[in-house]
Amino acid sequence: MIPKIIVKGTAKGNIMKTTNPINFLGAVDKITGIIRDDKHDKFEKSIKNSILVFPHGIGSSVGAYTIYSLKKNNSAPSAMICTDADLSVVSGCALANIPMVIVTKEKFDSLQDGEEFSLDSESIKTL
Amino acid sequence: MGVIPSFSCIPYEIYDLPKKGTQVSFAETNAAIYANSIGNLKTNKESAFSALASALTEKSPYSDLRKDSEESNLTIRMKVSEPNELTFGMLGFFAGKIADSSVTISGVKQLDKRSCKSLCGGMGTSGLCGKFTLDEGENDSEKVDFDKKEMENIYDELNTTDSSDLITLGSPQLGLDELSDLTSMLHGKSFKKRCMVFCPRAIQKQARKLGYNDDLKRAGCEVLSDCCICLTPLISKKDVDGVTTNSIKGAYYLKNSNGVDVNLKPLSKIIKEETK
Repeated sequence: MIPKIIVKGTAKGNIMKTTNPINFLGAVDKITGIIRDDKHDKFEKSIKNSILVFPHGIGSSVGAYTIYSLKKNNSAPSAMICTDADLSVVSGCALANIPMVIVTKEKFDSLQDGEEFSLDSESIKTL
Repeated sequence: MGVIPSFSCIPYEIYDLPKKGTQVSFAETNAAIYANSIGNLKTNKESAFSALASALTEKSPYSDLRKDSEESNLTIRMKVSEPNELTFGMLGFFAGKIADSSVTISGVKQLDKRSCKSLCGGMGTSGLCGKFTLDEGENDSEKVDFDKKEMENIYDELNTTDSSDLITLGSPQLGLDELSDLTSMLHGKSFKKRCMVFCPRAIQKQARKLGYNDDLKRAGCEVLSDCCICLTPLISKKDVDGVTTNSIKGAYYLKNSNGVDVNLKPLSKIIKEETK
């Protein structure tokens, strides 16, 4: 089943990788894209324009609106790469047109925080 | 389309639930968990958009919890004695962190409405998990204990202050039983500080008729509808430093979304310590 294209598209940027799941409603500032949950390992970092690599979303269903707001405020990630598809992140990315793919655990482990990365969902099979 | 604006996170206390096994689409996380675990309904933990899409199309992806349920691969053994609703909120928050889409919980003899809602709210906040099953039966799943130590870790994560200038009750929003209960617990007492009570507008109307609203007002409560602790602009760090609440879900979002500190106490303790 995986890898899987959830939202098609291409994106380029630096990877911001965390192994902590993300609660978009609580943990992300929808204006700036800065992580404001002090228990999160990316506390005070911005997800803006990054290739955001994280396991999956958690928590509130309102998180989908947060993702849409991030896009409207020009603070959204360029793309998201997860190991599991949760409906808040999936529907948020679909509506905000943020490329999103699901990858295997092995691929996830091989992605390095900070590295420059080009994502093309069409060539996802090579991921 | 037959839309009813309920502005509530507890539809299961306002409307009759459809018959057992019905596929529904609930976005609000505590309601989705309640629907699957207590209401005998089937829903994934939907997002605001996916539930809205289901309302428009009458369709939803046939995946995960919508399929015939398999046994969960994790059992959490509840070991904390004499639990109150705050304990159950912390149990839910703990479970949400480690469970997949569903979890079995053993060691729970009784689960009253307040504790059950607290468990659903806590679980929905910390994870992906959309269903719990209370079961004492031995199965092959992985076992994890929720004991005093685990509880204290959750408490220390979410309790950030010992003082507060405001009390909030209702995340999930309070139902009529809880308002009635609160009214009798507050008999002859009044809060020493501002206390905001959140409930659905349908419940607020009923509470008005039954006189609970007047009694609660007399005891210093503001009864508010169409909003809740988590997403209200009424509580902001500009004018509030700390909030006392019994809600784990409320605590997480107050701290992270509203940016205020939180003091966690069960309702019985809030009434004992915060009224005169």
